[in-house]
Amino acid sequence: MFRLKNTDITQPVKGRSLWQDARQRLIHNKAALVSATLLLTISLLVIFAPLFSPYALDDTDWEMMSIAPDWDSQHYFGTDALGRDLFVRTMHGGRISLLIGVVATLVSLVIGISYGAIAGYLGGRVDAIMMRVVDILYAMPFMFFVILLMVFFGRNILLIFIAIGAINWLDMARIVRGQTISLKNKEFIEAAEACGSSPLKIIRRHILPNLLGIVAVYVTLTIPQVILVESFLSFLGLGIQEPNTSWGALVNEGAQEMETAAWMLIFPASFLALTLFCFNFIGDGLRDAIDPKDR
Amino acid sequence: MEILQVKDLQVTFNTQDGSIKAVNRLNFSVKAGDILGIVGESGSGKSQAVMSILGLLAKNAQTQGQVLFKDQQLLGLSNKQLNQIRGNQIAMIFQDPMTSINPYLRISTQMTEVLQVHRGMQRKAALALAIDMFEAVHIPEATTRIHFYPHQFSGGMRQRVMIAMALLCEPDILIADEPTTALDVTVQAQIMKLLLELKQKFGTTIILITHDLGVVAGVCDHVLVMYRGEMMEYGDVTSVFHYTQHPYTQGLLKSVPRLDQPQQALYAIPGQPAPANQHFAGCPFQERCEQALQHCQEYKPALRSITTGHQTACHLTQ
Amino acid sequence: MLRYIIKRLLGMIPTLLVIITLAFFLIRLAPGGPFDTDKTLPEEIQLNLDKKYHLDESLLQQYFRYLWQLLQGDFGPSFHYQDYSVNELIETGFPVSLQLGLSAMILALLVGLSLGTLAALKQNTSADHLVMSFSMTGVSIPNFVIAPLLLLLFAVHLDWLPAGGWDSSRPSTIILPVLCLALPQIAYIARLTRASMIEVLHSNYIRTAFAKGLPMRLILMRHALKPTLLPIVSYLGPATAGVITGSVVIEKIFSIPGLGRFFVLGALNRDYTLVMGVVIFYGLLIILFNFIVDLLYAWLDPKVRY
Repeated sequence: MFRLKNTDITQPVKGRSLWQDARQRLIHNKAALVSATLLLTISLLVIFAPLFSPYALDDTDWEMMSIAPDWDSQHYFGTDALGRDLFVRTMHGGRISLLIGVVATLVSLVIGISYGAIAGYLGGRVDAIMMRVVDILYAMPFMFFVILLMVFFGRNILLIFIAIGAINWLDMARIVRGQTISLKNKEFIEAAEACGSSPLKIIRRHILPNLLGIVAVYVTLTIPQVILVESFLSFLGLGIQEPNTSWGALVNEGAQEMETAAWMLIFPASFLALTLFCFNFIGDGLRDAIDPKDR
Repeated sequence: MEILQVKDLQVTFNTQDGSIKAVNRLNFSVKAGDILGIVGESGSGKSQAVMSILGLLAKNAQTQGQVLFKDQQLLGLSNKQLNQIRGNQIAMIFQDPMTSINPYLRISTQMTEVLQVHRGMQRKAALALAIDMFEAVHIPEATTRIHFYPHQFSGGMRQRVMIAMALLCEPDILIADEPTTALDVTVQAQIMKLLLELKQKFGTTIILITHDLGVVAGVCDHVLVMYRGEMMEYGDVTSVFHYTQHPYTQGLLKSVPRLDQPQQALYAIPGQPAPANQHFAGCPFQERCEQALQHCQEYKPALRSITTGHQTACHLTQ
Repeated sequence: MLRYIIKRLLGMIPTLLVIITLAFFLIRLAPGGPFDTDKTLPEEIQLNLDKKYHLDESLLQQYFRYLWQLLQGDFGPSFHYQDYSVNELIETGFPVSLQLGLSAMILALLVGLSLGTLAALKQNTSADHLVMSFSMTGVSIPNFVIAPLLLLLFAVHLDWLPAGGWDSSRPSTIILPVLCLALPQIAYIARLTRASMIEVLHSNYIRTAFAKGLPMRLILMRHALKPTLLPIVSYLGPATAGVITGSVVIEKIFSIPGLGRFFVLGALNRDYTLVMGVVIFYGLLIILFNFIVDLLYAWLDPKVRY
């Protein structure tokens, strides 16, 4: 008849951790998943596909200039005005574009995190000045300076990495600064200490997860921006040097021939657009997973 | 005269985690000129219940039952019809005065628009009335301050502004959703005093949502205790406080620290409220109830009158 | 309020100085001079040229000389186009770029704001998804990819629009370049507006507005509009930079004789003064524009003012 419920308040309530929540949301985001798969496919193609073609990057074939895509001759994407196989060139272009994307993003990551952490940590006037600089730089047509760099210091691939990376660190710096400031907040750390957590544990449990998530989002969104910048430069004729090529350079060549050889434009343009799309979808998905708002 | 009657009110939300019943079989009524206090923890459904009166629930909410205002059913009315009642005959003030007033507009604009929309007044006349209301809620230098922006007021002042804004059209009912939770205790007392004073002056019926039993004891005529969307106890304040029937209410009263008696440890109702999407066949409180019977888990207790005007939903009283 | 304006004005000066200095030393430090051509000039002529353009002075001297000239509004002679001064070149190119850029910005704002508002009000419906997909496309596909494609379609295949040139009296020449330049901005502004409006509509003060029984139109126009616009006003600065950057490519594709084109030509010809002139000119423009944007922001948000 009587039944006494013996509930123990010290039992931990089983909730869902932040990570599990985020992961669940991400998995449910179809666009992000599809994009991730596509990106993986493109990356694999770009790295391995040229091995399956008999043609090299700069094999000029005077007898097969500007021919349309043709299965028999194994010119799957056709050839360009110099008779070079477009398929191989598109793949190589992809390698360069993706490589620049990742490396330059890493550069901007390093600059951004350092700048942001310093500004946030030092605080006060230094922080105010540093952030004002960021505000001003944010509205500058940086492209102009990059173009200057490219023209006057040669089209060195290393320089391209650095120059492009140097434009995109602003967002990262802002975010890292914000996080650093909220970390510096003593009360928060004091509270954790009051609960008996060691500083290392605090960092691991509270600080890193917050920082990691948002940095991941911005890295994913910076890569397409960087690829865009490189393509822009190459389109103007200021980017990658021959015989290397990138998607931007290929689009440039293609645009010049588009009336007679539309495939020269369409293939690299599609790859470029698709890659950018995927990165943006994944970045958006990550951002929603970590900080969901009513979409 | 019963100005508001709530009959079998149910509010359900359709979410990704399933359907959540925020309010289940709520039945109560309010007499004109009364002050009703609605008490409950977070998640008790008290806010959702009153929001449904004015049709302010989120888009994924479904309501069932009846909410009768002066014998008119409010549930299911169109926005256009509801707009005639909102701010006009039934007004509502919210918990956080910092975020509940538009920071980008002057207070004068936000006040006169109520009169312009509902009474068709011209701006000049509306402004004069607004200044009068400012004085009624004891905001000094009303003629200058009326043109201020919200951030130029302090927290307590802002709540007064909200109250003034709500009473402009002299509504029949004022719903106050935890009006003092975000304020200092001293300011709290001032606001409560103000509400009482305004009730005397304008004869407004007040529905006050709070989790503070002290406020209920000091100000309310009747009290409704909710838990997990269901009514636990309802009645005259004196009766409920002195002849408490429901274990939950008893628990709440026991949890209030007392200065007049020596206490060893602070009492807390054991356990935690269950997750929002859990449905109960029986009484929702039984998991945490120290006097629960086997019966309580399987059968929902019906609302029973103990004495006139004092009802409770508990198997122990039956 | 006045203090705010003066503060902002003073803040402009160091920024401008930074741009000038950066540009100056960058160009000077680069290998190659303005007269490196295939032919090597006889030494005497080289010396004379150096002297005429003050290239024989120390870098620092050249710097201050240039600063002084600038204060008098003189960008100096073009190194490459020897019959023209940089001022003259800017005067020819800028009006065209201004028309192009301004039209693009206005179009971007009008269309972007409308689309974003529509998406926000019809959240999660097919209209919303359509707008968002379009927005994603506009942001992902660079305009130097879209422009040639559109040209291919409208100018080559359909022959509805001309393939290039810029003639303000013939609107058909204006449509494609302005559209291509505006497209990425439309996409971004639509997104921004949508996100901003959704957030505003969920805020507590909008809930209060509903509770006051105000009609929807009034709530949107009076209560929701200002806060929604704030992030977009903030974005106007980078938006302008984006339009300026974009104009370089658009002017190239559509053969428009604007300032962007001069810049690229100047860069390729190592025309120091021209390049400097354009960079500083645009820099000044942007700084001025940012200042106006700051004022606009202060007007919208009373917390900044008081």
